[in-house]
Amino acid sequence: MKRIIIILTVLLTTATFAQNKNAKASIEVDGVCGMCKERIEKAAIRTKGVKSAVWNVDTHELKLIFDERKTDLTTISKKIASVGHDTKEIKATEEQYNSMHPCCKYRDEEVQNDHKKEKGQRK
Amino acid sequence: MRKFIILIVLCPIYLFSQDQLKGIVLEASSAKEMPLPGANVYWSGSSVGAITADDGTFSLPYKFSYNELVISYVGFKTDTITVNENKYIKHVLEASDELDAVVVKSRNQATSKSYLKATNTLFVSSDELLKAACCNLSESFETNPSIDVNFADAVSGTRQIKMLGLNSPYILIATENIPAIRGASQAYGLSFIPGTWVESIQITKGTGSVVNGFESIAGQINAELVKPSTDNRLFVNLYGASSERLELNTHLNTKVSDKWSTGLYLHGNTHQQKHDVNDDGFLDMPLYNQINVMNRWQYTNPEKGVVSFINFRYLNDEKQAGQVNFDPERDRATTNFWGSEINTERFEVTTKLGYVNPEIPYQSIGFQTAFSHHKQDSYFGLNLYDIQHNSFYSNLVYNTIISDSRHKVKTGLSFTYDHYDELVNTDTYERTENSVGGFFEYAYDNLDKLTMTAGVRVDQHNRLGFFVTPRLHVRYTPWGKSAWRFSVGRGKRSANIFAENQNMFASSRQINILNSGGKIYGLDPEIAWNYGISYLQGFNLFERKADITFDFYRTDFKNQVVVDWENPYEINFYNLEGDSYANSFQFEFNYNVFEHFDIRTAYKYYDIKTDYNSGKLEKPLIPKHRLFANASYETNQKENGAQWKFDATYNWLDSQRFPSTDLSPVEFQLDDYSPTVGTLNLQVTKVFSPKFEVYLGGENVTNVRQGNPIVSAENPFGSNFDSNFVYGPIFGSMYYAGLRYKLK
Repeated sequence: MKRIIIILTVLLTTATFAQNKNAKASIEVDGVCGMCKERIEKAAIRTKGVKSAVWNVDTHELKLIFDERKTDLTTISKKIASVGHDTKEIKATEEQYNSMHPCCKYRDEEVQNDHKKEKGQRK
Repeated sequence: MRKFIILIVLCPIYLFSQDQLKGIVLEASSAKEMPLPGANVYWSGSSVGAITADDGTFSLPYKFSYNELVISYVGFKTDTITVNENKYIKHVLEASDELDAVVVKSRNQATSKSYLKATNTLFVSSDELLKAACCNLSESFETNPSIDVNFADAVSGTRQIKMLGLNSPYILIATENIPAIRGASQAYGLSFIPGTWVESIQITKGTGSVVNGFESIAGQINAELVKPSTDNRLFVNLYGASSERLELNTHLNTKVSDKWSTGLYLHGNTHQQKHDVNDDGFLDMPLYNQINVMNRWQYTNPEKGVVSFINFRYLNDEKQAGQVNFDPERDRATTNFWGSEINTERFEVTTKLGYVNPEIPYQSIGFQTAFSHHKQDSYFGLNLYDIQHNSFYSNLVYNTIISDSRHKVKTGLSFTYDHYDELVNTDTYERTENSVGGFFEYAYDNLDKLTMTAGVRVDQHNRLGFFVTPRLHVRYTPWGKSAWRFSVGRGKRSANIFAENQNMFASSRQINILNSGGKIYGLDPEIAWNYGISYLQGFNLFERKADITFDFYRTDFKNQVVVDWENPYEINFYNLEGDSYANSFQFEFNYNVFEHFDIRTAYKYYDIKTDYNSGKLEKPLIPKHRLFANASYETNQKENGAQWKFDATYNWLDSQRFPSTDLSPVEFQLDDYSPTVGTLNLQVTKVFSPKFEVYLGGENVTNVRQGNPIVSAENPFGSNFDSNFVYGPIFGSMYYAGLRYKLK
């Protein structure tokens, strides 16, 4: 059994030297709540070449697995910005930012505090 | 708002004749007292009040009848002072430590429906299982409208479950996704899984996934068991019922090392009191003893992404039923008294190995094996029935994605082996079944309105041949809080006619198999297609959550092993010639009436017909209409976790068709249809703390009973004896009490 797993693992993760089909990266994306999470992950996954995207509301970290031959972090960041979320690399335009639900306006300190309070109560 | 009211009240009224009470409100700030403008001052229980001015002063009408003055301001503690005479008031408000925080609470429902899954699946949490102190899995569906529970016969005390109007052999019942209740354990297997071992249950209507095999036709039920790493360190449950049934459950869980945990689960139940409420000379419920032991080992290694379980289980179950005066030592195999004993021994070893690639979270491999040895020795009056069933099951599942995580794939291989040895009176039946199969299931989720699961499996089976099992489930959400679901799929199985219909032995019927040259008892396997559509809509009613569900399922048998009871002297098994279908419609309405008070109501309609040799007939002993209602209320949890919980469940069953008794002598003939029957169950739980709770309940509190469940009970060795015409409770009301003690 163990051997099978090892063989399968070896087969599945064999990377081409030039460009990685399963490149892993994590970028910081601003956001405040579960609705943001859904929006960010959808935008990322709908980018051609992205295989998996998981965003953490507490750390703001977006864990990505993507095919380097088809996309890169800039493209993904652009896509995320286009739905209103800032990344380190690319900021959403006012217009994109304003398209979001009012409760997700993460640039607004009041909104941030509201969500912090919620967290405090959840704990 | 209050300010507003007060303003309205105050503005127009200024009567000089009235006495005025004057005063000042101050706040105690760091060093000195400061005037507090804008504070509310009003007479308790009246609408007479004022607001303090910029200098903190106020003035409001005074009457002798007013004697309590309330002074309040947001951010300060509200004070009530007693005023006995009209004199100047000076009052200091203290700042409250913090603003009253608004706490947003959400409560997980005990039974929840998913708005997102492609399959029509109900999640039943352990909270739901506590609503009726179920002692084993067969009793844990009492509060669930999708599953019907009834007695199989008037002798063995066995509860049968039905889904979509089809009985349990058509449902794939699994524990932790390993098919568990099949073959020899089909009749009593549900009572071999203690309720306290169950962590949660998932009930899927319709064919379900291809991953777990090809046998499910009406639905799938999966019970997740408690796990050593998450279950209580110590759990004790004691249960006693007025029928003198006693049960004891003990769980012990411990961490062996940082990666290994183990749990030991002990269950014992006993019932040694003879009851004959209806005076027919027969026990209303059997005498029994059961010992059930499970030992689980769990290995968790998050760095490597490995999780593994190894379970060992041993069961010994002994039942005695029949006439009150029956003594097995003395009367077995004689015609002194009619009696029956069913002794079962079962041993199981199951393993699970799961590997999730820590680098790539969407890739995982699971491998499951299950070995079981099941031995039942039994006799029913002069009928002998022994069965031995050795079974091996293994399933390898590989999960991955295609292009991105919207497209998930499950694929794998399964291998099963079953060996049956049966003795029916003087005939022996022996057969081996084995199958090798591969499956592929594609799940698409557009992250919005649509999810879909399309699966197919191909199996090579030594008796069922080579066949393909396709299944499709779609969920579409056109608007908010809704889910339309469609499902279609095929199932195929070999009918274990004796094991599944053991109740026939408790009668004088002659067993006939109308051999058609098939490979299982001379019969061909059963094949059915199941189609379903369901609509779930959540909405708010008077600002409280509610949801309604409509679903309609149709099962169409292409081939079936017909169990024909229509001649009172015979039971006939033969392959279907013509049509056999089961239509079921269900409407469900759930409503959270107010905080902590929920109701669940359902109406069900069944239309189930089969072409028997004697013509097209309704399936016997199935009510055409059924009503169900469950209400549950719990008080607010106190700081220490103490609370009360109340539950009530009502079931009403329409009349049910009795199998034909036209050929019997007049005195043994029954009506065509049974009376209707309604039962009510109640339970109260008092939680003292998270560690300790006690419960008290009543089943069938209105004491509804079927008068004469056994035909020709006075002459059990005569040719008209039959205990299968059961439509309702036999014993009447039963009260029980119990306690649960747990250490986290």
